[in-house]
Amino acid sequence: MDQLLHQVVNGLATGAIYAVIALALVMNFNSTGHINFAQGEMAMFSTYVAWTLIAMGMPYGVAFLVTVAISFVGGMLLERFVLHRFRNAPLLSVVVVFIALFLGFNAVAGWIWGPVLKDFPSPVSSYKTGTSLVGAHELFVGAVAGAMLLLLYGFFRFTTLGLKMRAVACNPTSSRLVGIRVSWTLALGWGLAASIGAVAGMLIAPLTFLDPHMMTGILLYAFAAALLGGVDSPPGAVIGGLVVGVAENLLGAYVVGAELKMSVALVIVVLVLVYRPQGILGRVTVRRV
Amino acid sequence: MIERREFLAASAAALLMPQLARAQTPGVTDTEIKIGNSFAYSGPASSFATHAKTAAAYFKMINDQGGIAGRKLNFISYDDAASPPRAIEQVRKLVEQDEVAVLFNTFGTAANSATVRYVNEKKIPQLFVYSGADKFSDPKTYPWTLGWQPSYRTEGQIYAKYIRAEKPNAKIGILFQNDDFGKDYVAGFRDVLGASADSMLKTAAHELTDASIDSQLLQLQSAGIDYLISATGPKHAALAIRKNAEAATRPLHIVTNVSTSVASVLTPAGLDRSVGLISSSYLKDPTDVVWADDAGMKEWRAFMAKHYPEGDLKDINNLIGYCFAFTLVKVLQACGRDFSRENILKQATNMNNVTVPGLLPGITLNTSSSNYRPIRQLQLTRFDGKSWVRFGQIIKGADL
Repeated sequence: MDQLLHQVVNGLATGAIYAVIALALVMNFNSTGHINFAQGEMAMFSTYVAWTLIAMGMPYGVAFLVTVAISFVGGMLLERFVLHRFRNAPLLSVVVVFIALFLGFNAVAGWIWGPVLKDFPSPVSSYKTGTSLVGAHELFVGAVAGAMLLLLYGFFRFTTLGLKMRAVACNPTSSRLVGIRVSWTLALGWGLAASIGAVAGMLIAPLTFLDPHMMTGILLYAFAAALLGGVDSPPGAVIGGLVVGVAENLLGAYVVGAELKMSVALVIVVLVLVYRPQGILGRVTVRRV
Repeated sequence: MIERREFLAASAAALLMPQLARAQTPGVTDTEIKIGNSFAYSGPASSFATHAKTAAAYFKMINDQGGIAGRKLNFISYDDAASPPRAIEQVRKLVEQDEVAVLFNTFGTAANSATVRYVNEKKIPQLFVYSGADKFSDPKTYPWTLGWQPSYRTEGQIYAKYIRAEKPNAKIGILFQNDDFGKDYVAGFRDVLGASADSMLKTAAHELTDASIDSQLLQLQSAGIDYLISATGPKHAALAIRKNAEAATRPLHIVTNVSTSVASVLTPAGLDRSVGLISSSYLKDPTDVVWADDAGMKEWRAFMAKHYPEGDLKDINNLIGYCFAFTLVKVLQACGRDFSRENILKQATNMNNVTVPGLLPGITLNTSSSNYRPIRQLQLTRFDGKSWVRFGQIIKGADL
């Protein structure tokens, strides 16, 4: 019983990690209509930027904000100078660009910072939770994931800019006709997604250590989480992340053993998508022909 | 008729043999010996890359000193990112395009598993693969392939021997990477524990890409283990060290000697959390002051300062790379002037008590036509917060 409780709480903590990256994926999907394979690597790269700033002597809080700002600008530049050129290219070309970005960020990070694991600081590491169930930083990840979820949800639901972004992702031509500046909206979407990724990276690195491959496994689960929750829904991404995290632990500990937990977790995701393609909270896409 | 023709052809070949053999060994000329290598310079295992860079620097030093039997060593090394399909591509390129005489220090269990069959079909000495997987020390299946370091299985046997002597009825938890590497340790424990293995062992696997191993550790801890064995690579060992240090009742933690680097495993995991860890070694720890005046280590440090100054003197990978390259040079020197592939293999499988500057006193290289495991001894070590301190006698693996 004690173990069960530990496994569930630990699954929620791991799930929160998947959820924050899934949120960045959802942000990008809602503003551009694409799923960015390089989201995890961009987040890893941002985290290295933060690590460098902290190593240079900058206080954690300042480094955090500066990194978010740099990532925002970097994401926008990436859209303006790279993705922009593939605006009218077939989907397959865009996918190839994403893969190129994935490999590029990974290789450049390895080249600049080397492959040795780095310990990334946590702002709450000095606090104790008083229980062996969950660490202070894990609670912090959960809290920040919750806050980001509310912000994103509010942003897309209640602000004009959020509405414009959804419009652009859904139908660029009509959006332009009603006076939305499509290209800048797309760039803004990339910038915001990169910032969310940066926050996610800085939250995850204290748990997994910082190295160029920290996101490889996480991104896979984050994809699953985003698809499971509904790829256009911020609350769906968080729920999806938590479900995947807990399912992975319980399956590994009690049902199929650790060897098969990943496969079985992903099979469940596939099954959900077969019977409910829009995910748990996603909207059904209906396209008039 | 046919018999006669065959006989003639055979005698002609026999007459020409000495000349031909020398002229026809690919990759060997009067001025050069080509050595092929495929290594993980990028990808998830790239923290080992400095190992191959040290070897390259060592060969350059040998060349500066005049080479071997008047021949320069041409070290051709490609990146395979530890990915099996890329390793196949690179090894084929080395064999068919570059025509190397010998393959040396090819990296990784998965990558070598993908190429070992091809290399043995082509009858190319694949000396000292950089993997502790036991299957690369099997002369019956792969007569052209040799390991170097104590195999993971040997290492597992040695930990099992130690635990059995300390606490005969111990409960042992093994966290293992779900591949040949991790499974070899489980096999090594089973070799020694025999019939009692089932009651004493509790195992949990993890994948190389797993972001967290907390769930697996919880499973092992809830079984009430006395010993935790982390049969994993550097990253997951660091995660396990950190997590195990937080446990309420803390089992004695043994980490494999793949993951003992103070710089790249214990420092990120936290040196204070690493106190009391047990592992094993066959090498002189470069961070240990005991070896400050050791002749072999002085030799290595002088080499690093002169030929690979950007290499980290605390990173044991740089010492291992040096020892690998040292061994190959010994083998090539033993070849005299005959650098045929057959003779290179013959010398590599005929090592008797060869001493290597970086190996612990008492540990030597020994091979024969039936023993393809050059090193089969280890000494246990314990981390005291600063460095690994050796304790107890040198232990030899089980005889299989």
